[in-house]
Amino acid sequence: MQLKFLTTLVAVVAIGINLTGCKPKDAGSAVSGDAAEKVYVAPGKHDEFYNFLSGGFNGQMSVYGIPSGRMLKIIPVFSVFPENGWGYSEETKPMLNTSHGFIPWDDLHHISLSQTKGEHDGRWAFGNANNTPRVARISLSTFRTEEIIELPNSGGNHSSPFITENTEYVVASTRFSVPVDNQGDVPISSFKKNFKGYISFISVEPKTGRLGIKFQLKMPGISFDLARAGKGKSHGWFFFSCYNTEQANTLLEVNASQKDKDFILAVNWKKAEEYLKQGKGKKVPAQYAHNVYDESTHSASSTIINEVMTLDPKECPDLVYFMPCPKSPHGCDVDPTGEFIVGSGKLAAVIPVFSFDKIQKAIANKSYDGSFDRIPVLKYESVLYGEVQKPGLGPLHTEFDGRGNAITSFFVSSELVKWNIKDLKVLDRVPTYYSPGHLSIPGGPTSKPHGKYVIAYNKITKDRYLPTGPELAQSAQLYDISGEKMKLLLDFPTVGEPHYAEALPAALIEKNSKKIFKIEDNHHQYVAKGEKEAKVIREGNKVHVYMTAIRSHFMPDNIEGIRMGDEVYFHLTNLEQDWDVPHGFAVKGSSNAEILIMPGETQTLKWVPDRVGVIPIYCTDFCSALHQEMQGYVRVSSAGSTVPLTFSTGKVNAPEVGEKVVKK
Amino acid sequence: MIMKKTVTMLVVALSVGWYGCSSDGAKKRADEAPTDPAAVVSQDEVHGTEVKEVTLSTPLDGAMVKQGQGIYEMKCSSCHKLDETRLVGPGWKGVMSRRKPEWIMNMILNVDMMLEKDAEAQKMLELCLVRMPNQNLSEPDARSILEFMRMNDGEK
Repeated sequence: MQLKFLTTLVAVVAIGINLTGCKPKDAGSAVSGDAAEKVYVAPGKHDEFYNFLSGGFNGQMSVYGIPSGRMLKIIPVFSVFPENGWGYSEETKPMLNTSHGFIPWDDLHHISLSQTKGEHDGRWAFGNANNTPRVARISLSTFRTEEIIELPNSGGNHSSPFITENTEYVVASTRFSVPVDNQGDVPISSFKKNFKGYISFISVEPKTGRLGIKFQLKMPGISFDLARAGKGKSHGWFFFSCYNTEQANTLLEVNASQKDKDFILAVNWKKAEEYLKQGKGKKVPAQYAHNVYDESTHSASSTIINEVMTLDPKECPDLVYFMPCPKSPHGCDVDPTGEFIVGSGKLAAVIPVFSFDKIQKAIANKSYDGSFDRIPVLKYESVLYGEVQKPGLGPLHTEFDGRGNAITSFFVSSELVKWNIKDLKVLDRVPTYYSPGHLSIPGGPTSKPHGKYVIAYNKITKDRYLPTGPELAQSAQLYDISGEKMKLLLDFPTVGEPHYAEALPAALIEKNSKKIFKIEDNHHQYVAKGEKEAKVIREGNKVHVYMTAIRSHFMPDNIEGIRMGDEVYFHLTNLEQDWDVPHGFAVKGSSNAEILIMPGETQTLKWVPDRVGVIPIYCTDFCSALHQEMQGYVRVSSAGSTVPLTFSTGKVNAPEVGEKVVKK
Repeated sequence: MIMKKTVTMLVVALSVGWYGCSSDGAKKRADEAPTDPAAVVSQDEVHGTEVKEVTLSTPLDGAMVKQGQGIYEMKCSSCHKLDETRLVGPGWKGVMSRRKPEWIMNMILNVDMMLEKDAEAQKMLELCLVRMPNQNLSEPDARSILEFMRMNDGEK
């Protein structure tokens, strides 16, 4: 099959993907007899690994169990999620604020899981927004997005959110070079002169995880694709794959594919820290949002920051070096020892493997092959460890099994290829269905891979599942890599379009998974800690309903005295303190979504009544045998109405609080 | 989430049926077509430590009563009234004469265990149909609620 592809390589690449050609003929018989047993996780039993998948164009992150491929959760990140109120509740709206205002959607491509000493530590997941450049941090104890930071001077944040081995930094580099934010009105054709490619180094506070842009590197106008930090011996360096070194601003499909070699950029970030200490950094005006969710107030805040620190490599020698890499490299992956950097040129016929030791030597010897925009280009031969010859078509991304082997995904030839890092010999290849982008080995990007499985995230599924109209299921495939030969075990559908994903042992997370929020620790401005604190307060045309929920009633569940022109804020506190007892809340005719409220939490649904009448409200999350009874009414009167503001639940309560009118 | 809850519901139904047959509780489930025990996936419930003995002293501990009342208002009053009226759960008036202190403490701290083992607790579930929530109280919390119940029942 490989030979057949090589003969048609040029045509296939030029006209796009020839699916029929890529489809292996023995698709049905590719699975061995014990595959079902290997992925079967009995009812009530848990998976061995968590797999965090990017959702691509759904803007979310999804969580799967491996080896079963069962979906456990969708974590809303950059896109609103009416299912639980993310981006609809008053508390979460600020999380989606940007310098452009509220943005309801983005495109999440890559995941990084936090590391300590080069190994997964199970604390946080990071995700990137590819459209409106941002980075998010997700807590792996609450499985919620806790923080989102926007990136100034950036186009699409694709080359992100890759991290250093102690999570010192998350990087975010732009796939679109753009004019600097406040000097944007220039001809597009002035690309080479006016467009810059910024790389942001976002620091992560070790205890809290708080993000801050430590500095931005002002690079020439090229595109950054992916990145990886050095580890072990190469800790202190970061490597970025670069394309469009042709500096084209139109028809990149052709114009950015002219050169035989683009670059991998090597950044000495420890050196950058030294330059910052020496005062070489320059603060420039910028505008970007920094949004933080506070678990104790159950509320988010958004702050606009007005300047950013920049470093210009032209003024900072020995900070960055280009290494030639064939051809439009995508993956740029560092092996567990930190010595080898694997470039995956998606249009290249070889996989180049660079040596960190040789890079250091080449720098010391000034073994240069000219410069690019005054940045030294190291000689290809002087930094190259070797090339994997004829590995397949369209290498994209490489991870490592921890036994001295690498596994690379091949988009064009729809396969995974295992090769030995030392002797660069291809050991095994196995078809995928079809066209994988990224792949993931649990712990694969760390210095301690758990080389039991590899998962391929496919771009095309075509005939693999029951058809569902023109838009088909997205898909991942699980392979056993514990033996010499890789074995296909399972196809499982995914939501959105998975790009990169990371997996780690479940034991690192499951014990820390939060069960409830302690009601005693709830410091929400509008909390009602018990029904005694439930009340309705009018402030002008704003009506605040301090409401409680417990199996299975709201307090209050009858409200009168709402008038047309009012804005009603239902602040719902879930009084439950047991695991897995959320309540939900919805209002008939509300142009908002619903909210789900976890035990001990307060969330707010804003409602602007659009008509006079009696409006039903109810609990949307099945909570008990009497869940269906968890409902109530709100009476809306005309604008000038004199109906007094009253609230109650149940006749028993009526003499105590039923007649009470609270005014402020 | 829905699946999990459905399972919980099923377990509740099972418990009600089973214990209904083997204890004094009313029969809520027909004997025909029993659940095949082999089909029941046993998942060990993790319970707290059973409270075996509670010592009450007189007079009441005022600080404890006050703390108990605070916890009652935050975590219990949604379902339990202080008179005899049953709301979601039974009213608390007279509870000290109906129940032993240990029973009350275990119901607060170990509701899963009680609903699994205790016939009286099972009867309450059949009556109320909502499992009493675990409100995540510590033993001193539960003890102070007990003190508040004593006060509510007129003890000095």
